[in-house]
Amino acid sequence: MTRPADYQPPFSVDEAVGPPTDAPNERIDVGVLIVGAGPAGLACAIRLGQLLEEAPEVRGRLGEVPVAVLEKGKQPGSHLLSGAVVNPRGLRRLFRGRKQLEELPLLGPVEGESVYFLTAGSAFRIPTPPTMKNEGNYVASLSQLGRWLASQAEEGGSMILPETAATKLLVEHGRVVGVRTGDKGRGRAGEPLPNFEPGSDLVARVTVLAEGTQGHLTGAAIERFGLAGDNPQVWALGVKEIWRVAKPLHRVIHTMGWPLRGGARYREFGGSFIYPMGEEHVAIGMVVGLDYRDAELSVHDVLQELKTHKIVREILAGGERVEWGAKTIPEGGFLALPKQLHAPGLLFCGDGVGMVNVPALKGIHYAIESGRLAAETAFEALQRGRTAATPGALESYDRAVRDSYIWRDLEQVRNMRPAFSRGFWVGGALAGMMTATRGKLPPFTFRTERDADVELIVTDRARHYPAPDGKLTFDKLSSVFLSGNKTRDDQPDHIRIQRKVPNELAELWVRMCPAHVYEVGGADGEGTVEVEVNPSNCVQCGAITAKGGRLTPPEGGSGPEYQRT
Amino acid sequence: MKIAVCVKQVPEGTKRIDRATMRLDRSGEGALNAFDAHAVEEALRVKDAAGGGEIVLVSMGPAKAADALRKALAMGADRSVLVTDDAAAGADLVGTSRVLAAVLEREQADLVLFGQQAADADGAVLWSAVAERLRTPVISQVAELTVADGKARGKRQTEFGYDVIEAPLPAVVAVSDAINEPRYPSLKGIMGAKSKPQETLTLADLGVEAGAKTEVLALSDPPPRGDTTKIEDDGNAAAQIVEFLAEKRLL
Amino acid sequence: MSTLVFLEHHDGEIQKGALGVLAKAAQLGDASGVVVGSGVRSLTEQAGKYGASNLFVADDAALDAPLPQPRVDVLASLVRDHGFDTVLFAASVLAADVAAGLAARLDAGLNWDLADLTEQDGRLVGKRPALGDSVVVDVGWGDGPKLALFRSGTFDPVETGRSAQVVDATVQLEEHSKAATMIEQAHAESEGPNLEEADVIVAGGRGLGGPENFTLVEQLAKALGGAVGATRAVVDAGWYPYSTQIGQTGKTVAPKLYVACGISGAIQHKVGMQSSGTIVAINKDPNAPIFEFADFGVVGDIHQIVPKLTELVRERRG
Repeated sequence: MTRPADYQPPFSVDEAVGPPTDAPNERIDVGVLIVGAGPAGLACAIRLGQLLEEAPEVRGRLGEVPVAVLEKGKQPGSHLLSGAVVNPRGLRRLFRGRKQLEELPLLGPVEGESVYFLTAGSAFRIPTPPTMKNEGNYVASLSQLGRWLASQAEEGGSMILPETAATKLLVEHGRVVGVRTGDKGRGRAGEPLPNFEPGSDLVARVTVLAEGTQGHLTGAAIERFGLAGDNPQVWALGVKEIWRVAKPLHRVIHTMGWPLRGGARYREFGGSFIYPMGEEHVAIGMVVGLDYRDAELSVHDVLQELKTHKIVREILAGGERVEWGAKTIPEGGFLALPKQLHAPGLLFCGDGVGMVNVPALKGIHYAIESGRLAAETAFEALQRGRTAATPGALESYDRAVRDSYIWRDLEQVRNMRPAFSRGFWVGGALAGMMTATRGKLPPFTFRTERDADVELIVTDRARHYPAPDGKLTFDKLSSVFLSGNKTRDDQPDHIRIQRKVPNELAELWVRMCPAHVYEVGGADGEGTVEVEVNPSNCVQCGAITAKGGRLTPPEGGSGPEYQRT
Repeated sequence: MKIAVCVKQVPEGTKRIDRATMRLDRSGEGALNAFDAHAVEEALRVKDAAGGGEIVLVSMGPAKAADALRKALAMGADRSVLVTDDAAAGADLVGTSRVLAAVLEREQADLVLFGQQAADADGAVLWSAVAERLRTPVISQVAELTVADGKARGKRQTEFGYDVIEAPLPAVVAVSDAINEPRYPSLKGIMGAKSKPQETLTLADLGVEAGAKTEVLALSDPPPRGDTTKIEDDGNAAAQIVEFLAEKRLL
Repeated sequence: MSTLVFLEHHDGEIQKGALGVLAKAAQLGDASGVVVGSGVRSLTEQAGKYGASNLFVADDAALDAPLPQPRVDVLASLVRDHGFDTVLFAASVLAADVAAGLAARLDAGLNWDLADLTEQDGRLVGKRPALGDSVVVDVGWGDGPKLALFRSGTFDPVETGRSAQVVDATVQLEEHSKAATMIEQAHAESEGPNLEEADVIVAGGRGLGGPENFTLVEQLAKALGGAVGATRAVVDAGWYPYSTQIGQTGKTVAPKLYVACGISGAIQHKVGMQSSGTIVAINKDPNAPIFEFADFGVVGDIHQIVPKLTELVRERRG
């Protein structure tokens, strides 16, 4: 039996963590350095702007750039992708007394919702599980919301630095002092091209990692500082399309069941979402836990299959697909959170550490809230006579998170996701029990294994995927095109995998990757094949990191350029 | 040496025409026209070779085009002038060249640079109209540029081979994307760009009108690509291809 | 409608594309042509057969070099003196500069990249394929002269048998039009046509099977007098240099003939070559997307077909 975990590529944490290398006078000094212009990082920047506005003496001590936000995408929002139905709680709190929700680029409140259990031919409406109720929530494009948050952060005095990847966490004398940014202008073999621009050491008094799912530095920092939680982190992969539709949709829809298989041996946990985005657009996506076993499972193709279902076809009839994207979602929840959310000089926020409530399908408001709380802790540490480096100086952040709804919510649903690894029916029963008892039952805590530890099986799943017709169903390459991905081709390969692996593992990667990055090359006749990689197709969803490889940040500005996802 | 570089913000991501306004949908994010980065790069090189000077970016577009200009500032340009006015939104070649020429008249640059084309409109003509309005010489498609002794000399490729053209300054030069590989802005450059002067002007400030002498009348689906033929090779395919090419007078 | 067509010439030949535009203009109404240069009077013979009523000749030593601005002067005075309401150009490096300069001089509307011109309800309408030819935009003109640039090879030069009257055009150059000078002209480089300018491109994809098979593509390109292109997949695989990559993240080309060898035709490649005049595809996979937009598709083995094709083309072209 093949397990992806047995074929991990070599990676040493020292590649992502190390001391500064630029001469001290060459380093770029900022006050607070935030890695990632997503909801968590931008909420942190916005809150810091608010606090510093009222404390000019603190601001004055932070130099020319009191707050900097690094973003690896072309622009803020370029790499943001979510459903998304947003619980407005985090946003309300962040902008309390400053902005009304109506001023935010949200796409309207949820007007109604339906949950269906699908079989190939039918759809059974089922009562909305309590955790999934969306009354009072808002539909949004996270990509658009992110761009707006970035403009707010900039107005508040933060400097956003897009097209800049953070490739190394700078640690000196046991404390985090900033990050090193990635080189630009390297060729395929790593050689500097004529327009080579080396990265820089950015040093800061406080560094906030808000990298989102599969954060390159977050994982390394957790390892370096020994902060791994009780359970390993696990992920789901979401693939999403935006459609311009002929008739508006006025409710949010979730489906469970078909095309996923309920049998425990397949471990296919997931479902779909169909959300209205204003009158003209609809978002449709499929999310599947990456602890699935079948090497032939392809979330992209399962989404294509879903669209052939009668009820979905009706919604999309007469419409046109306008955008596509993919991203992983951390699903380990409460049990996979790091032991603490800070290290000397460093704070962790949002999806990077897995602040996602899986049964509620929500994480954005936790990201925002954690960013806001991180800002408050960072601000305290910037007061005269204090430093973030003193052991325990950032402890107040952990306390604040524990006292917040982030902790309460995640703790309550802690066992729900693991239950579903036992199959849909058992999982569903357990989930119901947990909801009814607010997490008190069952009285034990589940263990999960890493996604890469799951042994692979091969069924004939792929046979059922519909052939792309270019109208309703699409292949991966034309989909990548709609992600706006224009990654420079002649840059170093940023994907780490073993290139010679058992056939079924290669098959797993080929099918799993929604962006057609992997291809099976020559076989040696003994069950081992060469894996060919097209790294510039990569939309940086992060699935490969969950299943036996490792995504590292490519040159800043690479990857998708999402507009409405 | 004072160099003006005319740059444009173009929509990012997949381009789409808004069927209602029949104009390019510019509601999404914008970015610096990639072809213009070559002009900015060349300006930086000319400035270096001249031992100093000033590089001014000149643009017309929506207010948010300021962000695209910032990227060119991060590469090393010194300041920017953006003409932004609702009345200029539908301007065509005639209108745009009039507005840019008005800014360039004010700036009195020794050298005005353009990129090869706009990635959104596929236009590759603006420089010539601007040069005409400024009454200065123009060299287009330049793949190698030297500026010395008050002259610009450009090597360029046409359908027939390479030309070398020389013109006294002030001159307008449009560069091809083969001329250089634009630099990446350094992090310090990006951070410094924020404090560089970014001027915004209205048409009234310049005392010109934009206007258009062309219009979009309708949008339609393209005709199918004529008859497509697909054959299986029975050993004779090469001959059939040759026949097809001969019919189309492509041999 | 009275139309003036700019007749570009090179090496004693008027460009076919320009003659095609002239023939089209003659179909739509009264058409005249203009030849600008030094010692170009004899060229009017070539142009006379394509339906022009008048052929203007601006023959002057100062017009010898194919520079745009003196041509703007010549055309502007013709439009003013003869009241042309339309001025048409076959696109080229020179013609685009002349057209845009003339548009500014006359404050006239210029539409470019047109693939057709029609008259609808007494109104001139240009057809411009846009966004990678996924949509056709109908364009019109406001008041004043109407200027248009056509994609190369849009119209066939059709002889009408009529003969044109040759008229001398006055040459009075503006000061700034004389400023630029041609130092060297039309110096052909030895290494064959540049990819973006080539009339013929033969491109290879993964279906070639290996880098060594690129010689098949090269030989066919040589036989056709074309340039060699490659897909991203083969560039990625190191079979061929990055500078030859055609597609979304490579070059965008629009040759008259595009021969795709072993190319599947994924959208990333398609967007870089779909504006090609004629597309011929050879691929062993009958379901390859390239067959959806190739004018002539062959399902078969490249290794068999391409060498034979090369040989036949060589024979044919002598």
